[in-house]
Amino acid sequence: MKKTILSVSNIKVNFFTNKQFYFPWQKREIIKAVDNVSFNLKEGETLGIVGETGCGKTSLARAIIKMIPITSGSILWNDENILSFNKSKMQKIRKEIQMIFQDPLASLNPRMNIGEIIAEPLRTHYPKITNNKIKNEVKEMMVKVGLLPNLINRYPHEFSGGQCQRIGIARALILKPKLIICDEPVSALDVSIQAQVINLLKSLQKDLKLSLIFITHDLSIAKHISDNILVLYFGKTVEIASSKELFENPQHAYTKKLIASVPIPEPTLK
Amino acid sequence: MKLLEINNLKIFFDTPEGTVKAINDVNLNLLNNESLAIVGESGSGKTQLVFSILGLLAKNATATGSIKYESQEILNLPEEKINNIRMNKISIIFQDPMTSLNPYMRIRNQMNEVIIHHKGLNKKDATKQSISMLDAVKIPDAKNKINMFPHEFSGGMRQRVMIAMSLLCNPNIIIADEPTTSLDVTVQAQIMELFKDIQKEFRTSFILITHNMGIVADTCLKTLVLYGGKVMEYGLTTDVFLNPSHPYTIGLLETMPRIDREYEILKTIPGNPPNMMKLPNGCPFSSRCSYKVNDCLEIQPPIKTINNQNHQRACHVSLAELHL
Repeated sequence: MKKTILSVSNIKVNFFTNKQFYFPWQKREIIKAVDNVSFNLKEGETLGIVGETGCGKTSLARAIIKMIPITSGSILWNDENILSFNKSKMQKIRKEIQMIFQDPLASLNPRMNIGEIIAEPLRTHYPKITNNKIKNEVKEMMVKVGLLPNLINRYPHEFSGGQCQRIGIARALILKPKLIICDEPVSALDVSIQAQVINLLKSLQKDLKLSLIFITHDLSIAKHISDNILVLYFGKTVEIASSKELFENPQHAYTKKLIASVPIPEPTLK
Repeated sequence: MKLLEINNLKIFFDTPEGTVKAINDVNLNLLNNESLAIVGESGSGKTQLVFSILGLLAKNATATGSIKYESQEILNLPEEKINNIRMNKISIIFQDPMTSLNPYMRIRNQMNEVIIHHKGLNKKDATKQSISMLDAVKIPDAKNKINMFPHEFSGGMRQRVMIAMSLLCNPNIIIADEPTTSLDVTVQAQIMELFKDIQKEFRTSFILITHNMGIVADTCLKTLVLYGGKVMEYGLTTDVFLNPSHPYTIGLLETMPRIDREYEILKTIPGNPPNMMKLPNGCPFSSRCSYKVNDCLEIQPPIKTINNQNHQRACHVSLAELHL
């Protein structure tokens, strides 16, 4: 039986409307970005999170690693509640949970070469490591994600979108994390490149026994990559089921509608 | 009757780094009440192709060849003349509904502007027409909504406004440049449904630009596959999808995971899209093609018709070898 590594229960994330300055008697409107979401993630499995724009997919992902404040709920990482952690303890957890962002180019610092970008997590978390060792590890990682190691001194603008996303993946993997949160990693890529990146993620997951949280709005990709799928709608869980079950036998009307709206590339003979 | 005829169209851009060959020798015909999909990745020249039809190219572009609308040459027309064609005969819906409406103007004024300019109606009649057009694209409570500003609408609604606007002067051709890429799947399905209704109701010709093969299969009669500014394959959508005759089309259809199928590993097209400044002498797809023969690298494959339904392909590899 696989171990449950992440268990999120009844998590809530509230935002207040944009008022920076407000009088005490003014009421601030609450936006419930994530509302009572719970799920469990097992070792080596993939959880797909699907939903429309603005349904709280990204907020949920960011809440898991405490990038944004959480209103209530609990997040258990290896049976420890990370919400009670202070900054230095949280930093240790971040070694084990890494993130890949949506926009491949915008998430890389344009003034650093890719060797520095990929090495940055190592330097942050292991400040005593020698330069030589860092270089070797970076090169090893670049080969793993399908980049030529002699490109190590180039800058992000010299790469294509697909390559930039590979750099992002290398940066997330260099600390040998146990969980990677992928926030729409392929939606900014060309269709012919998407499949390359998805295959890469899948094979890395197999080799390194990673768990993935895969956020996407493309249901066909979610179906392909996930073991379990969580459907969000306005911050609320609509349905959570295994990938197979969800597509074969969707329970909720919204899930049905979502699946029905995906166009199938097969011209119906008129 | 041929509504739109494009012959030997070439579009080059002069940039400080060199010449970008966006479109190389594209031929295209569009008949009355026909829907055509132009499929290709970003940078394949889809958008520049339709921009040249409406004279929307950037200043550093040179376009040669000919584009004829109802046998009248419209390529490189001066601004005053092309203005009579824009919206009136050929209208366009842009990719991003968030930025293609003027945020300072109410919807009413933006729509009236089109009618007043092209039809010379007064404000009152123009408003009436605008409202009826908003009704046609199924915007509820159009009478009040028309006084709103663009930011008060959602993405899907804004795209509906853009569609209504493009229909105002009863154009013969509507060009939709990736109309749904920035929208959610559920909204996308609604918008495509609307397109189909409009096609039936207004009997216009459609050019739909997209990279989503799923939408194409559902809406368009014919499909043109563009890569590196060249036509790879053209034909009836049923032919192109069910009997793809070009390695790139086959690759495109295979790399996109389908919701109704299961996969172990996704098939991929290796490599990256071409650099438009350094296109190879031969087929632009040759460097990524798994079927390539020696000719592919040096000689540009000619476009050949392969069946009586005008299914065309540009590839050196024979059909029999492709389907082995």
